[in-house]
Amino acid sequence: MSAGRRWRGLGGVLAAWAVPVLLLLVWEAASRFGWIQSRTLPAPSAVAAAFWAAIEDGSLFTHAAISTERALKGLAIGGGIGLLLGILNGAFPVAEKFLDSSVQMLRNVPHLAIIPLVILWFGIDEEAKIFLVAIGVMFPIYLNTFHGIRTVDRGLIEMGRVYGLSRFQLYARIILPGALPSILVGLRYALGIMWLTLIVAETISASSGIGYMTMNAREFLQTDVVVLGVIVYALLGKLADVATRLLEHWALAWHPAYVRVKESS
Amino acid sequence: MSAILSRLERSMIDEIPPRPTPSRPAPPREAATGRGLSVTLSGVRKAYGDTEVLHGLDLHVPAGQFLAVVGRSGGGKTTLMRLIAGLDSPTSGRIRLDERDVSGLQPDVRLMFQDARLVPWKRVIDNVGIARGLNWRTHAEVALGDVGLGARARDWPAVLSGGQRQRVALARALVSHPGVLLLDEPFGALDAMTRAEMHELLLRIRAARGFTTLLITHDVSEAVALADRVIVLRQGGIALDVDIPEERPRRHGDARLAALEDRILAAV
Repeated sequence: MSAGRRWRGLGGVLAAWAVPVLLLLVWEAASRFGWIQSRTLPAPSAVAAAFWAAIEDGSLFTHAAISTERALKGLAIGGGIGLLLGILNGAFPVAEKFLDSSVQMLRNVPHLAIIPLVILWFGIDEEAKIFLVAIGVMFPIYLNTFHGIRTVDRGLIEMGRVYGLSRFQLYARIILPGALPSILVGLRYALGIMWLTLIVAETISASSGIGYMTMNAREFLQTDVVVLGVIVYALLGKLADVATRLLEHWALAWHPAYVRVKESS
Repeated sequence: MSAILSRLERSMIDEIPPRPTPSRPAPPREAATGRGLSVTLSGVRKAYGDTEVLHGLDLHVPAGQFLAVVGRSGGGKTTLMRLIAGLDSPTSGRIRLDERDVSGLQPDVRLMFQDARLVPWKRVIDNVGIARGLNWRTHAEVALGDVGLGARARDWPAVLSGGQRQRVALARALVSHPGVLLLDEPFGALDAMTRAEMHELLLRIRAARGFTTLLITHDVSEAVALADRVIVLRQGGIALDVDIPEERPRRHGDARLAALEDRILAAV
């Protein structure tokens, strides 16, 4: 790579960061000069200080861990049910006839709308939040699993039969791996819904977790902690996205979009 | 309950209903010897709904023969191949392999498709050994070596060229030493040079192994260049049946081959 191109690349990175950095500086200055009340929006430095304090007393990790645990439990339960339903309906046309339209009807109910009902059923305990997350993540995983299984190349299935694969081998070696790209798309959708649902659930009723942390801070007008909570949610969401991308690269290494063509040596 | 489920499951994978068990059990996969098997069809009819595609076909292919089947699309070529492969069952009539009545998929018969149909998430070696079995990896390596792709065993199918994919498909078809190899226009999509290489490769392997070969093609000169015998399928029946006694390798443009080609073209 020539030096000129490297400088141009660096210039591009600098240009991309220029606006956010400038905004932060303006925001900081506006807070220092009192143009923005700290009860409206805290200064970036105050948020950083709150971040540091939360790390030092360990509360940040405790709350983040609790939130993550709820999110993953809900994902495991809801995602598992969605996956099983998707495989069942994708594989058996009769199961689809019985179940698919019911699932589609349920899917159209906004799952956050049933929060009052969920609180009546489960109180404001852990089950309520996990239940909401599970309901939220179930449908994208179900839909994409179902679609993935239905769109596996029929030619490959026929080939497998000619070459003597048993029904189980057909599923294990051709149908499920063929549906995997679609299932992973479903997982990425599900992760977005997972955090969104958890934020709402924790904000409404919780005694721990990032949502509780922000709502508690609101009571005491600690806007810096509220903003910190928002940032932590964003980071957790980003982390989940990166994890799925790594999973895709590992599981779809065969896919033309991921195959690194060997340089001619 | 499980019986219902397994039937439902079958209906998703199979386009055809399962057949009754053959009168004699099919030999295990290890029994495939690679020795050519004769293929005999007597009075084979096949109808899809109200349309009859094959009208009482009688055909005997001696063991080890290279038969080319030419004809226009819709003439029943692919149907014939699917019947012999056991992917479809005839509406009436008998199909025999070495005088043994067969029905359903046979381990002794392998089919190469128009497209290579490699499983994209399995490496080349795992595609060749897709059916596994005893020592499958060793057999797959040998088969890959036979088609000249021994060095590509660990590659993904996506990085191979069209010709290389068909060679992998050929290795996959031959790894179990079938007695009958069915080729459903597998060279149709290749460029002329690659196709000539595939022809040469196929003839070389066939000379060494001696399997019976049935090639479907719409390319009459390909049929004449490769086969011992050519039949023309037209409107569900055999319109022409000629032997090609020329020695191999055959020169393109040979006067007697050209005359045969004209005769076949006239019948298509």
